[in-house]
Amino acid sequence: MSEETTTAATSTPDTKAKNGPVMLIKDLSKAFGELKVLSGFSAELMQGENLVVLGKSGSGKSVLIKCIVGLLSYDSGSITVMGDEVSALNRKELNVMRQKVGFLFQSGALYDSMTVRENLMFPLTRIRKDLCADEMEAKIKEVLENVGLADAIDKMPSELSGGMRKRISLARTIVVDPDIMLYDEPTTGLDPVTSDEISSLILDVQKKYRTSSIIITHDIKCARKVADRILMINDGKVHLMGTPKEFEESDDELVASFFN
Amino acid sequence: MSTTTIKAKFEDRITGLGEAVLSIGPGFKGFVTDFADAFLFLVLIGRETFSRHFEFREFLNQCFQIGYRSLPLVSITGAIMGLVLTIQSRPVLVDFGAETMLPGMVAVSLIREMGPVITALICAGKIGSGMGAELGSMRVTEQIDAMEVSSTNPVRFLVVTRVLAAILMIPLLTVYADALGIVGSWAGANIKGEVGFTLFMAQAFKPVDFMDLMPAILKTFFFGAVIGIVGCYKGYHAGRGTESVGKAANSAVVLASLLVIIIDMIAVQITDMLSS
Ligand SMILES: Nc1ncnc2c1ncn2[C@@H]1O[C@H](COP(=O)(O)OP(=O)(O)OP(=O)(O)O)[C@@H](O)[C@H]1O
Ligand SMILES: [Mg+2]
Repeated sequence: MSEETTTAATSTPDTKAKNGPVMLIKDLSKAFGELKVLSGFSAELMQGENLVVLGKSGSGKSVLIKCIVGLLSYDSGSITVMGDEVSALNRKELNVMRQKVGFLFQSGALYDSMTVRENLMFPLTRIRKDLCADEMEAKIKEVLENVGLADAIDKMPSELSGGMRKRISLARTIVVDPDIMLYDEPTTGLDPVTSDEISSLILDVQKKYRTSSIIITHDIKCARKVADRILMINDGKVHLMGTPKEFEESDDELVASFFN
Repeated sequence: MSTTTIKAKFEDRITGLGEAVLSIGPGFKGFVTDFADAFLFLVLIGRETFSRHFEFREFLNQCFQIGYRSLPLVSITGAIMGLVLTIQSRPVLVDFGAETMLPGMVAVSLIREMGPVITALICAGKIGSGMGAELGSMRVTEQIDAMEVSSTNPVRFLVVTRVLAAILMIPLLTVYADALGIVGSWAGANIKGEVGFTLFMAQAFKPVDFMDLMPAILKTFFFGAVIGIVGCYKGYHAGRGTESVGKAANSAVVLASLLVIIIDMIAVQITDMLSS
């Protein structure tokens, strides 16, 4: 397992070079009892692209990305992440896959009982086993600097404001340099200035590590800035998929209500 | 009261009864799925306990949280237990002219029964509810999911460490409570008439033998296991809303206390059979 960990972490150039899809979702269906959240959802994520996912509240955006990392099981259809079918992975293989995928929770999900430093250390020591203690420390400083919270390093999550928690959990997600990033509403609850900085950060991450990302957001400004492609989800299906330009010019009612 | 209201009340009763009978069906189904869940959880704990990767730091942290943080509470209960037991049983023993048996009697009842059970119940309240609430809120705020996506097994990191820490710390806390109880008893004996500390201790430990000590200590390991497992189970399986955190903490205390009493009863039966 450790061998695969290092390949995942250093992400050898040849796996990153090809421009094929890193993730394929086909006919995905997921229901909670009577409630059908996703039904027949299909999409793909290309190497190095930022795919923005839009959709009404409760349309199943968070459920979608939880299915991708195996936090929720799906009823039918398939999700392949870097060639592996998620539902077919055993626990060990799932862990290997999760080391390559960063997940920003909508709620932040910071560990309450740990300081900011320990929160960031947690994934680092478990995923980036190739780094020594000093390198980890440097890495933590660097990402905290990137989210503009370098001086919060020894604080407890309870001492932080909502927006600060959001940024710390973003830092916790990018600190391990994942190949695929799943952002669940990275800018919600932030002021316009910080929102803009986070959007820039998402672009930086994409450029620097050629990360492929799914960005769930309601923040159209952020979507305009970071999106290579946009996907609108409605009734459990893809309502519309296209470039930002196509979305701006679309006369679809639902799309128009988001973009104005 | 008019007949109509009586009739309405009667009908209320009948429908209430009917509903109660009907609810046994799903209730039973719920019980079976709960039981299956609990069994699965035990299997998981068992498997992760013997896996190669042990979260040693978190284990030490939990030992500190469970053991050290419970010291004040256990100290006070232990000492008061001994004191009260002494004051209460003194008059009876004086009536029989058996006052010299007082220290021994108190020591035996503390070590055999009062110490282990009261300590376990106190800890079920403090530790069980703490674990239920902590893991419950971690579940609700998706912290457990966050561990999982950091490719960390949350059962290994959170549950195994807590259960093992409880199994280790509850016996230690019990021995400590027993000791303080005997000191408390000495203080109680000193309220009326003066007894030297060494003499009291000698009298206290004279009737205590191996068969008092061993089963009493042994059963505290089970108390620890039950408190840890129930607390973690309830928290780990908390629902999605914030109100489920309170529920998890509450039901952890209730179930853990109940199981402590039941295990104690079984343990007493077994020791009784073995010693006769
Ligand atoms: N674990 C679960 N159990 C039961 N129902 C769930 C669960 N998770 C989500 N749901 C339901 O699935 C639906 C979609 O939820 P989801 O969180 O994906 O919405 P969303 O698109 O992310 O909305 P928002 O923009 O408000 O975050 C909701 O109706 C929700 O109640
Ligand atoms: Mg959501």
